[in-house]
Amino acid sequence: MVQKLDYLIESASQTAGPYVHIGCTPNFCGIHGIYDQDLGLTPFSPEAAGERISISGSVYDGTGTVLRDVMLESWQADGDGVYGPGTQGFARFAADQDSGVWTLNTVKPGSRDGQAPHIALWIVARGINIGLQTRIYFDGDDHASDPLLNRIEHRNRVATLVAQPEGSGNWHFDVRLQGDGETVFLDL
Amino acid sequence: MTLLPRTRAQHPVPYAPGYKSSVPRSPRWALLSMPATATENTGPVFGHNMLGASDNDLIMNYTGQPAIGERIIVHGHLLDENARPVPGALLEIWQANAGGRYRHKKDGYLAPLDPNFGGCGRTITGEDGSYEFMTVRPGAYPWPNGPNEWRPMHIHFSVFGSGFGQRLITQMYFEGDPLIARCPIVNTIPDKSSIDRLVAPLDMNRALPMNALAYKFDIVLRGTRQTMFENRMEGL
Repeated sequence: MVQKLDYLIESASQTAGPYVHIGCTPNFCGIHGIYDQDLGLTPFSPEAAGERISISGSVYDGTGTVLRDVMLESWQADGDGVYGPGTQGFARFAADQDSGVWTLNTVKPGSRDGQAPHIALWIVARGINIGLQTRIYFDGDDHASDPLLNRIEHRNRVATLVAQPEGSGNWHFDVRLQGDGETVFLDL
Repeated sequence: MTLLPRTRAQHPVPYAPGYKSSVPRSPRWALLSMPATATENTGPVFGHNMLGASDNDLIMNYTGQPAIGERIIVHGHLLDENARPVPGALLEIWQANAGGRYRHKKDGYLAPLDPNFGGCGRTITGEDGSYEFMTVRPGAYPWPNGPNEWRPMHIHFSVFGSGFGQRLITQMYFEGDPLIARCPIVNTIPDKSSIDRLVAPLDMNRALPMNALAYKFDIVLRGTRQTMFENRMEGL
């Protein structure tokens, strides 16, 4: 026998389910009067450093069907590569319940610690048993020395993490949960 | 702060055919693993000033008139795998009403809405990681996964830690509910002891006489590597 390691074990995840909006974006789903406004509507104050950008996309399941009940959160550095303070850099947004399109209005992040500019994305929905982590990188940035992108063995999958420009500060980024073009999901 | 790797074996499997919605929504390729970076080791910090006075009282926070149902206190501590309390963390919960009905346009269960029950609440953990909600015990309800499938009574928890990589959504179940063992969503977790850790025991020491029963639900987040040596290095 040896001494015990007295660590605890992380609580198991469970799906956010179809009604995640009640708890996380109640005003969005018509429950008014409990919270003044939903959490994470704007990731940055107007004076935050960085170029204003807008990223839109959809999340698709393995059959190619768009998820209309998905909720996403993002976390990123500002234009100078600084995280925080407070809630600066955090956003929460739900897909449109008819079209499935989501939009993140934010600033283009700066690089930090040798990583290329990126936004962490966390995706939950009915049928997703543990929240999916991924990242949005930006086409045109220097990705040559990014430690995460360099770790992707199957180089034809790198593009699943790179948003494409649509002009005027607009970017497009789709997530595919399964099947052709499955997004690279992360464990870090 | 540096996050320790997540131990996936105690979590649900992404592809769990018994829970049919997971079949087309689960990735097939392996996750890309890497030590956490500054992006995961940092996260949003929420201030107490964002909270309304009754945000953690689901019985009263919708209309100011009490919701119908079995009155309960749900309380516990938020800890990390090193058994350290996680203070200042935002907890959000949502649930069905006492009849098992959600206030959501996609829920058409025949149990009625309660005009005084919205179904969400939130709080921020104290210095010792403690938290408390007042609510009604949610009802069990049927769902169309199988021909006659019922969810056990449960409360959804959304949990922020100090790093975005600790982000967690889970569900709390109630001691003694015979539907837990039958639930395909519960059974996406292969490890029985991990399921047991999501079941809150009745806690009569925290019950309020002539007012409310109590259930205790501790939540554990991913641990952090935080040695003396590392603290010194990070402090430079």
